[in-house]
Amino acid sequence: MSSLAVGNADTAADAAPGTDRSRPPLRRRIALIPTVTLLLGALYCLLPVAWVVIAATKSGSELFSTFTFLPGTGFADNFADLSAYRDGVYWQWMGNSALYAGLGALLSTVVSAFSGYALAIYRFRGREAMFNVLLAGVLMPPVILAIPQYLLLAKADLTDSYLSVLLPQILSPYGVYLSRIYAAAAVPADVVEAGRMDGASEWRIFTRVALPMMVPGMVTVFLFQFVAIWNNFLLPYIMLSDDERFPITLGLYTLLEQGANTPALYTLVITGAFLAVLPLVALFLVIQRFWSLDLLSGAVKS
Amino acid sequence: MTSTSRKAYGVKGAPYAFLFPASILFLLFFALPIGYAVWLSFRKVKVSGLGLGSGARKEVWAGLENYTDALTDNELVAGALRVLGYGCIVVPVMLGLALLFALMLDSEKVRLAPVTRLAIFLPYAIPGVVAALLWGFLYLPDVSPFYFVLEKLGLPQPDLLDGGPLYLALSNIAVWGGTGFNMIVIYTSLQAIPTEVYEAARLDGATPLQIALRIKIPMVAPSLVLTFFFSIIATLQVFNEPTTLKPLTNSVSTTWSPLMKVYQDAFGKGDIYAAAAQATIIALATLLLSFGFLRAANRRNKQEAPR
Repeated sequence: MSSLAVGNADTAADAAPGTDRSRPPLRRRIALIPTVTLLLGALYCLLPVAWVVIAATKSGSELFSTFTFLPGTGFADNFADLSAYRDGVYWQWMGNSALYAGLGALLSTVVSAFSGYALAIYRFRGREAMFNVLLAGVLMPPVILAIPQYLLLAKADLTDSYLSVLLPQILSPYGVYLSRIYAAAAVPADVVEAGRMDGASEWRIFTRVALPMMVPGMVTVFLFQFVAIWNNFLLPYIMLSDDERFPITLGLYTLLEQGANTPALYTLVITGAFLAVLPLVALFLVIQRFWSLDLLSGAVKS
Repeated sequence: MTSTSRKAYGVKGAPYAFLFPASILFLLFFALPIGYAVWLSFRKVKVSGLGLGSGARKEVWAGLENYTDALTDNELVAGALRVLGYGCIVVPVMLGLALLFALMLDSEKVRLAPVTRLAIFLPYAIPGVVAALLWGFLYLPDVSPFYFVLEKLGLPQPDLLDGGPLYLALSNIAVWGGTGFNMIVIYTSLQAIPTEVYEAARLDGATPLQIALRIKIPMVAPSLVLTFFFSIIATLQVFNEPTTLKPLTNSVSTTWSPLMKVYQDAFGKGDIYAAAAQATIIALATLLLSFGFLRAANRRNKQEAPR
């Protein structure tokens, strides 16, 4: 929005002096230091992404012989090689990641919405204790949870299954925390009380009145969870041994592990990394404007 | 049953019903595993005879043996020191950059702010494993543009994946991945400051730098505390990045960080008892550090409140 106004910012400021907050006319030019600093920061953050985009176009020999930021000619071949690698196991990994992250984030959001609503709206015995115990979960290092989780799921004969990766990620202490803050901010107590006056059941008040008010916050929780599960490496690393069920992070890691001994696999790893980044970057670009960042600052202020 | 009593009953039971799924999941996937890990940490396997036959390997009570072993384990202590060194680079650099970028975004007359904000936040969307993989290739002499440039300029080409530079290489991955997220948290709370505050300061003749140092930074102190807190926790738990770099260099051992050591003992050596004791120690250290930090932060806030 304001980026579109970059080219004609001066005319825009002239046309609408009222919207321009007390800018001394002498210093109307751009602030050089902040702009350059931010550009350098953006450059640093985009560098590896730009590199992988270009490197994915190189054939195996070009990768080691031509300058890294010079595009190559091998993208179509790399793509075909990657798709053919072990009967297309790469696409299986992508599908698995979509399943873990999509279904996992959905279930996680539902559980978070229930819990956040209950913790925000009702006064009941054990409320704060329950909230604090849940929050302590945020501090638990993942390895510490994952090892006994593995041992327990092994006893239930569930390790190396889709469920072993899906189930432990449904409850997110951070999701509950955000949902509580959002429910407290978005659902007025009067509205809940009015629903009760009308004789609606608690469930009906939640689904018909409160939940629609909570939707923007829940979208944020869903996205946080989607990214967190998509990016998770440790849990599947511990739980899974059959690579048919690997998510993309674990798949790429095993590919890199093999590639370390056979540089011919480097192009596969690089092309795989490039394609793995695409869906998340696309999702990120589409949704970043919908992210309610106020929620984050709300979380900060409380 | 009258309608009022039914309603009262419904209201009373409702929060518990809403919290039921979370409670079940918490018990099964948080409480039970933690309890089990603590239980295991006090156990060990006793091998009788040659260790053959079904009754030869027996789990017995070990008392604090696993804990004393862990605390005197050089490998674990060395890992903790490595992570300490790593954290001393990551946390100040990442939060310093996050604060700098947030202040720059918030400054007047800055151009391209939405585009650069998005670019700096972008690494948040990239999995840690993929980030480590991308940077890993950028550190490899054969494919790296840095080495290409150094070679053309005739400058020495240090090994980025060994010794001291390895710390910088690993820290860089964490800084790259985390700066954007922290920047957004700080920037959002900067945006919440009413502009009248700046107007007043400007009328008093304050420069933008003075406004940043004397007004903006103190006012976003709570979000700085929060980002600091989460950065420390994330640093203590570093696992993915060194694990991903491991195939690319011999300098990252399987026990580089304490959590890697826990993983190695549990699944490499199969000694889940030692691993459980180490995991418990790391969890306790994390909790102690967190609460100590939060208390210190609270005390500071209270002292400053009357002003």
